Amino acid sequence: MAQAEATLPASGSASTGAPSTALTTADGTPLKVSIRRAMRRNKLLAFGLTLPLLLFITFSFLMPIFEMTFNSVDNRPVANTLHRSAAALQSWDGQGLPSEAVYAAMAEDLKQAAEERSIGRVATRLNYQESGMRSVMMGSARMIERHEPPWKEALIDINAAWGEGSTWRLIKRESGAITFSYYLNAVDMTYADDGSIVAQPEWRQIYVKLFWRTAWMSILITALCLVLGFPIAYLLANLPSRHANLLMILVLLPFWTSLLVRTSSWIVMLQNEGVLNDLMVWIGVISDDGRIQMVYNRIGTLVAMTQILLPFMILPLYSVMKGISPSYMRAARSLGANPLVAFWRVYVPQTLAGVGAGGILVFILAIGYYITPALVGGQSGQLISNYIAYHMQQSLNWGLAASIGTILLAGVMVLYLIYNRLVGIDKMKLG
Amino acid sequence: MKQWLKTTTALVAGVAAMGAAATSVQAQETLTIVSWGGAYTESQVKAYHEPYMANNPDVRIINEDRSANGLAGIRAQVAAGNVTWDLVDMLEGPAITACAEGIIEPINHDELLASAPDGTPATEDFVEGSLHECFIPQIVYATLFAYNSDMFDDGAHPSTIADVFDLDGFAGRRGMQQIPAGNLEWALVADGVPYDDVYDVLDTQEGVARAFSKLDEVKDSAVWWTEGAQPPQLLADREVSMSSGYNGRLFNAQVVENQPFELIWDGQLFEIDGWVVPAGKLTDRVKDYLHFATDTQRLADQAKYISYGPARNSSAPMVSTHEETGIDMQPHMPTAPENFQTPIQKDAEWWANNGDEMSERFNAWLAR
Repeated sequence: MAQAEATLPASGSASTGAPSTALTTADGTPLKVSIRRAMRRNKLLAFGLTLPLLLFITFSFLMPIFEMTFNSVDNRPVANTLHRSAAALQSWDGQGLPSEAVYAAMAEDLKQAAEERSIGRVATRLNYQESGMRSVMMGSARMIERHEPPWKEALIDINAAWGEGSTWRLIKRESGAITFSYYLNAVDMTYADDGSIVAQPEWRQIYVKLFWRTAWMSILITALCLVLGFPIAYLLANLPSRHANLLMILVLLPFWTSLLVRTSSWIVMLQNEGVLNDLMVWIGVISDDGRIQMVYNRIGTLVAMTQILLPFMILPLYSVMKGISPSYMRAARSLGANPLVAFWRVYVPQTLAGVGAGGILVFILAIGYYITPALVGGQSGQLISNYIAYHMQQSLNWGLAASIGTILLAGVMVLYLIYNRLVGIDKMKLG
Repeated sequence: MKQWLKTTTALVAGVAAMGAAATSVQAQETLTIVSWGGAYTESQVKAYHEPYMANNPDVRIINEDRSANGLAGIRAQVAAGNVTWDLVDMLEGPAITACAEGIIEPINHDELLASAPDGTPATEDFVEGSLHECFIPQIVYATLFAYNSDMFDDGAHPSTIADVFDLDGFAGRRGMQQIPAGNLEWALVADGVPYDDVYDVLDTQEGVARAFSKLDEVKDSAVWWTEGAQPPQLLADREVSMSSGYNGRLFNAQVVENQPFELIWDGQLFEIDGWVVPAGKLTDRVKDYLHFATDTQRLADQAKYISYGPARNSSAPMVSTHEETGIDMQPHMPTAPENFQTPIQKDAEWWANNGDEMSERFNAWLAR
């Protein structure tokens, strides 16, 4: 559109001398209107063509992300099931034990929950906060039918936990429609009994360490990819095309190979009885008892992921390097720079767009990587995404999985913004 | 190019025709049954599905090997309002959780299930304490330790849980499952806690700490496994000298594949596995299938193919010989008297309450 408007005055300038007479088409409509109409048609057509992709992205990408974010704070199962108790607890000051009215409200809630079979979700949810709450809720819901008011005595009779202020403070805290407990859990924090936020006991702390490990490993993998990929990209861009094509195939061949195959071959290469260890024993670098553990730990993850992500570094670098004219280097040399200085001060700065693109691509892929660490990472090579999968499939704590995922997503977006500020995303070149 | 086009068209048409043929088969009634896969699903196919389909030729049973994520699957399907599984094979613990969430159907056992041949109603025939509101037991299985007898001298092999934790007395690395369940119980038993008191001790913070400090002793020699197929492999490769594992898989390696494995029945952790019906799927067809597949004969038949104990008392005397090798299956059952001296019944309720906290603690402990 902007281009079209820019060309209009240029074509109009041919008719200088008569600026007042507007240009018209053959049928008499002003040219401006006619062009605008045509542009609008084109725009609609373009929009129509991108519509399937837009819908696809909305349904398969944006909505799941939105839902995930929502899952990480959603506490409606508790809020809905215990709505009477939550309302009654509003006026409780948190000192001593609540009044009979609160107990009666809880009894009603429990009865209804037992009937509707909705108690399980609540029990599971509260059990995340305090182990043992599950059986308090389940047992009480099962037994409440057989009890009579006064409800205070009845509930305490069913389970002594109802006679403790901490149980009620927990329920008061966790009965809102929205909870931040999952986020606290994801950064190894929790609510203390008085409602203040404290660190988890040391033996439960795990996620912060994993976030740092993930970030650190991703940086390391990105750096390794850059160090290994830069020379290859340089060769690719500067070799005569006959050799460059062969080299390109060598880069692309693993890129096209199944991820699982590549990961499994690393197991074959690196394991205790694997190719590399056998070779080292055979040539006598290590003894048969001194085989090096290179897989099922951090080294395994590092090696396998670097190899798998390498093409994502090489290809953007290559495309940028291909566009750098060799005459710059020649000019630098003729102006007296030695090869190293010319390379560092003239060539490298021109590749920065490729370094940035490759770097951010590899880093973002690495930070969310899942299958490779799961297969070759052992214990010490697991990344945060493996724990997201664990909470999705094994522990079924979807709220926690969602909050870890959201934190990860936010981290990537912050990085993206920093990158945009420092380098400018429009300078990114992906090939 | 033209030739190529012709071939492709022919292919596409062929595939379409096959699709149409498949649909016409699907016009019959289908039952989607979710189970654990491998030798276990195979035993169900032989003992339940094939005879059932022979009696009901208009029914086709589709197996899905998704039980490892059974609870997550049912949750997601019920939440999405699109339940495609008709019947799910599940452990007792997740079944209790699912039942409380209302995502599986409550079962009236006496009405739905067959009585024992002598007329004992189903509720009295199944192993005591194994029936739950929404759960129909099939088998009793055990997680227990086994060792590779080639790696020990005659007469100097391990025979108790305490021996497993005795690294000086018995050399070699230990294969252990990468979950807290089982390991905590065994650590306490090895530390001298009586078998029946394990969960009482675990109920206290000190008890849990005691279990973890006992596990500390073997942590450096442990190889962690996650899939049931790994322990026999680890033992056969001599990566470990002893490993925990599922008794059915270990039996298979020991008897069918002739591996030099011996089982340590001391402290076997036994669990019940059975059927649950996802919400809204308790149709007449599913009821009919369940009535057939959980009767005394069918449960006894399953033991011909895999060494898991039938969950009905009346099936026990009918357990016969292994289909493939012809050996007597009775001594390989977890419930056989000589194997059942010092068992620990996995407390599904305790794990439902404490599983999340224990897993967090276990993962943090592993990562340390």
